[in-house]
Amino acid sequence: MSKDYPLKKHIVGIYDCDEKLLHACGQIRKRGIEIKDVFTPFPVHHLEHALGLKNSRLPNVAFCFGLLGTTTALTMMTWMYTFDWPINIGGKPSFPLPSFIPITFELTVLFCSFGMVLTYLFVNKLRPGYVPEIVDPRQTDDRFVVVIEASDDPEKNGQIVQAYKDTGVCEPPREQMLRGNWYNL
Amino acid sequence: MYDSPTRPLLVTGKKTYTDVTTDIVRPVLGKPTKGWLTGMGIALIALLIGMFCINYTLFVGIGAWGLNKTVGWAFDITNFVFWVGIGHAGTLISAVLLLFRQKWRTGVNRSAEAMTIFAVICAAIFPGLHMGRPWLAYWIFPLPNFHGPIWINFNSPLAWDVFAIGTYFSVSILFWYSGLIPDFATIRDRAQSKTAKSIYNALSFGWVGSAKNWVRFESLSLILAGVSTPLVLSVHTIVSMDFATSVIPGWHTTIFPPYFVAGAIFSGFGMVLTLLVVARKVMNMEDYITVGHVEAMCKVVVTTGMMVGLAYATEFFIAFYSGSQYEMYTFYNRAFGPYGWSYWIMVSCNVLSPQFLWFKKLRTNMTFVFILSIFVNIGMWFERFVIIVTSLHRDLVPSSWFNYTPTMIEVGVLLGTFGIFFTLFLLFAKFFPVIAIAEIKSVMRSSSDTYRPDHISEEKLEEAINAAPGSTGSLNPSMAMSPNEQQS
Repeated sequence: MSKDYPLKKHIVGIYDCDEKLLHACGQIRKRGIEIKDVFTPFPVHHLEHALGLKNSRLPNVAFCFGLLGTTTALTMMTWMYTFDWPINIGGKPSFPLPSFIPITFELTVLFCSFGMVLTYLFVNKLRPGYVPEIVDPRQTDDRFVVVIEASDDPEKNGQIVQAYKDTGVCEPPREQMLRGNWYNL
Repeated sequence: MYDSPTRPLLVTGKKTYTDVTTDIVRPVLGKPTKGWLTGMGIALIALLIGMFCINYTLFVGIGAWGLNKTVGWAFDITNFVFWVGIGHAGTLISAVLLLFRQKWRTGVNRSAEAMTIFAVICAAIFPGLHMGRPWLAYWIFPLPNFHGPIWINFNSPLAWDVFAIGTYFSVSILFWYSGLIPDFATIRDRAQSKTAKSIYNALSFGWVGSAKNWVRFESLSLILAGVSTPLVLSVHTIVSMDFATSVIPGWHTTIFPPYFVAGAIFSGFGMVLTLLVVARKVMNMEDYITVGHVEAMCKVVVTTGMMVGLAYATEFFIAFYSGSQYEMYTFYNRAFGPYGWSYWIMVSCNVLSPQFLWFKKLRTNMTFVFILSIFVNIGMWFERFVIIVTSLHRDLVPSSWFNYTPTMIEVGVLLGTFGIFFTLFLLFAKFFPVIAIAEIKSVMRSSSDTYRPDHISEEKLEEAINAAPGSTGSLNPSMAMSPNEQQS
């Protein structure tokens, strides 16, 4: 955990049902409270809309890497086979574009997948041995955890707790010291 | 999304989310069972025999095999194509079925993908060994070298194959592992011992499961599925071109790419059934890999079996229609020559035996499905044997005709690959979550008896139809009942 992120007081609400969570996220944001993050054991559909998250830009990354693969493959084969050392096999042409297509396709897929997965790991701060900050160990099992940053104003904190209670948390909201640096970008 | 209340459920047994975690994590964190140890012992023996035979081949050379200049490809390439074919079901299940929004894939995709990866490892052994000098295997890549540099021949389908199989293997691993990351995190948060916790944390790459993580996860899965779908089809297409671009009668046909792809899906699902029908019983996963899952896979088997049958018939017709005496003789010889028996094993296992799966009673009988899946595996192995050996053994010069028999070393190498495959699969079944925990939880809301009290079982539906006035006992959409009507 990097030192740039100091420990801060957060208020944590825990739900036991994905539908309650969806409803709660909408309600809490309607009350003008900003949700810092939500942790779920599986992808909850429409949660990104309830939280107002933007679409992921990973498809664009994938496209760029794919294009890189296509050009790499074509330039590599053309340079090797047409310019650097043309081989005469049975008088066949030294620029056989149709023969280049299978490898071009494979390298497009290869570059696209590797580029996208590495980008995905980077932006999500995923790497072997990284010890993350876990809000509640049940968040990968059956609990849906909402984290809101506490303010210095006790009245506002009271509103947050009230919002949690109104939307049906399964246990009393609690205060927790967290750094809150779960991903890049 | 609307889900019909009469559609068979994907998760049964009134599971809550915690129950799912407990059921799937239990074997991972628990002690290995006796059955697992026995299986592992048998697999390791097969692996050792294989290692001996591989080493023997390395020391003695390809002369240890039964090949000669007429039959230059035989057991090894048969096994190569057989294993690559098996390796097709995993990515097909996870990628193609994801694009088609087939939710039943969630129960079986993890183990099918694992199977894919292990099968490709087994496949790679054969061309590697057949090189004769496997220590020069890096020559297949376009690397700068001291011979000019002279590059590889990009016109050759064998060069395409290197790229196709290499890409397929590495992209399958990426796809598999990106799905495993959240599940490793689940195991990490469940583990009691410090060692297990730190190992599974390392494997989970520090996953926490925030909303943003999941948005990216879904986007990643979708795009990977999108690029893997044509990839799956391309791999066996290119493998088939190893044969189809040659001028050997029996190989030189344009039907090969679709024929091989259908065969690969067929054999892949055959192997998935073999493994999962046993695994669901032994590992108590019957609530996640339900009879409905097995049925769905049986339907794929019967469909692709028919496609393969159509390809066999087309090949024969085209051989006749071409008027080429060499083509005609090759196919006559294939069915009625010295290897005719292998042809008829292939036809009966691949075309006739799957026809039993038209019957629901047989599709839902697990013992029957298991036996049938073994037949499919045998049939598909013989398909490759038939294509390769019968096309080669009587070539254009009758003086060099040759009847090929494998040596014990070749059989040992094949046995060894089964050993490698099952060793890896058993290790996977013990230490990895065999069912995609996060994905199965995400379909429970729409398809489990915990969250679908409105579900109408098949028996109830039939009863209701038969009880309806003027019923002829057949399904009629206007009689499909809502849960309220059913109660009254």
